Amino acid sequence: MKLSDRATSTPPSGIRRFFELAEEMDDVISLGVGEPDFSTPWKARSAAIHSLERGRTSYTTNRGMFDLRAAIAEHVTRYDLDYGAEAEILVTTGASEAVDLALRAIVDPGDAVAIQSPAYISYGPGVRFAGGDPLPVSTRPENDFVLTYDDLERAGAAEAEALMICYPNNPTGATATASELAEIAVFAREHDLTVLSDEIYAGLTYEGEHTSIATLPDMRERTVVFNGFSKAYAMTGLRLGYALGPSEAIDAMNRIHQYTMLSAPTTAQYAALEALQSCDDDVAEMRTQYDRRRRFVISRFRDMGLDCFEATGAFYAFPEAPYDDEQFAEDLLHDQGVALVPGRVFGEEGYGHLRVSYATGMAELKEALNRIETFLENR
Amino acid sequence: MDTKRELVDLLLEDAREDTETMARQLGRSQAEVEELLDELEAEGSILGYQAVVDWGKVDEDHVTAEVELNLELDRDTKYTQVAERIAKFDEVTALHLVSGDYDFDVTVEAESMRAVSMFVSEQIAPIPEVTQTVTHFVMKTYKNRGIEFTDRDDDDRLSVSP
Repeated sequence: MKLSDRATSTPPSGIRRFFELAEEMDDVISLGVGEPDFSTPWKARSAAIHSLERGRTSYTTNRGMFDLRAAIAEHVTRYDLDYGAEAEILVTTGASEAVDLALRAIVDPGDAVAIQSPAYISYGPGVRFAGGDPLPVSTRPENDFVLTYDDLERAGAAEAEALMICYPNNPTGATATASELAEIAVFAREHDLTVLSDEIYAGLTYEGEHTSIATLPDMRERTVVFNGFSKAYAMTGLRLGYALGPSEAIDAMNRIHQYTMLSAPTTAQYAALEALQSCDDDVAEMRTQYDRRRRFVISRFRDMGLDCFEATGAFYAFPEAPYDDEQFAEDLLHDQGVALVPGRVFGEEGYGHLRVSYATGMAELKEALNRIETFLENR
Repeated sequence: MDTKRELVDLLLEDAREDTETMARQLGRSQAEVEELLDELEAEGSILGYQAVVDWGKVDEDHVTAEVELNLELDRDTKYTQVAERIAKFDEVTALHLVSGDYDFDVTVEAESMRAVSMFVSEQIAPIPEVTQTVTHFVMKTYKNRGIEFTDRDDDDRLSVSP
C-alpha cells in the first residue's frame, strides 16, 4: 500500500522503544508510566455504568452535553477562568484531540509553532500533521524548566504563529507562577502569538495554586486552554478532555471535530459530569498521596547525590542522570529491573535527565528507589 | 493539616511503614517523626497497631458475630459501668453504645459458632442489666477497616507510557 509521507516520515516515539525493552523482562518495577495508578473514583464509574443501564449510548451534540459544558464552566472558575458553556467550551476525546483540533484550526501550511522543550511527545508531530513546522524552545534546568522571555527570543519564536506550553509540565513536573507566565504573555502579545496552553495537570499542583496564562491581561482572546479528566480524575482510558477558548477558535475547532469525531464518548461524558459534581474529595485524596510520594522520591534522589529540582506539579520528578540518560535508563533496566524514561525522548533539553513517574504505590516506589541506589553504589 | 495529623493519616494507611519513609513523605526529619509518634502514643491518641486479617484465607476456624444488646438501667447504674464489665472479655473485640432500637453493639469473635453462642448465653445474657440479646453471625466479610476483601487486581497499565 502506498502510504503518505506524513505517516512514514513520523518517527516512532522513543517511549515505544523503552516500553518494548521493559516488556521483555520479568519483575520490572516501572516508574515510566504517564498515567495515574488510582482507578477512576467509584462515583464517576458508577455514573458511567448507570448511563449504560439506561441505554444512554447515542451521540451527544458535537460540542458535548450541555450539562457537562455548564459543569466545566463552573469548575474552571476555581482557576479564575470564565468561559461560556454555549460557545466557548468544546468537549473532546481526551485533551489530545483538543490539542490536535486546535493545531489544525490555527496552523496553516508552513506556519511555525514554537513548542516549549522538553515537553509531551505529541506536540511536535501534531504540528506536522497540521502542516506546520515545530520550533522547539528550550527551557533550562537553571530556571527549573520554566520558559522565559529570553528562551523565546533566542529560539526565534518571534517568527512563529503560535506557542505551545504545558504547566504543570510532563516530563519535568515544573509549574509556572503568575509572574513567570506574565513574561511569556508579554512575548506572546509583542509578537502576536496564539498561545496553546495544555493544563491537563492543573489539578495536580502541590505548592500554591495553578495559574492559567489565559487569566493574564489581554491573553484570553489569544489563548486556547486544554484540560481534561485523565490525570486529576484518573480517567485516562475514558478519553475525555475539553478546550476553552474564544468562540471563534472553539467554532473552528468544532468544525473539524464534527466531521472527524462527531462527539466525545457519551459514557465518558456521564462519568465526567459526575466527577465534576461529586469527586472533589477523591481528587484531593489522590493529590495528597502524590504529594507525599513526590517529597519521598525527590528526597531519596538528593540523598543518592543526584541533582533533582523541586518539581511541584504533575506526577514526575526529573533528576539529572549520572551519565548519558538513555544509556543509564537501559543499564538500570537490565541491571535492576527498574524502568524509567530517558529525558531525551521529550526533546533535546531533556538530554541528561530522567523522567521518573511517582504514579505508583509506595511499596513499589520504595523498592524501585532502593534498586536505583544499589545500582549507583555498584557502579 | 499539621504534621501530627498527617502522620495519623499515614499510619491509618500503613502502620508498618518505617519512620524514615514517613519522614520523607512529610518533608520532616526522622527524629521529628519519632517524637510525634511518641507524643501520639503518650497522649493516648494512638492506642495500638493491628493487622487487618481475612480469616477466610487463614487455615483456622474463626467466627465473628455482631450482637445487639438491650439494657435496663436503674438509678445507680450507668452505661459505662456495664460497658466496662462487657469489654473485659477477650471474646469481645469491639463495643459501641449506639442510637436506635438497641443500646450496645458488641463484636464477638471466637473459634466456632458454638463458642460464640455459649459466650453470649453464659457470659453476656446473665448480666443483670441486659434484657435482650440478638446475635448476628457474620457470613462473609467484603470490606473491613477500609480494605476490600477481594482478590487484588494486577496493575494493567502499560509499563511505559508517555
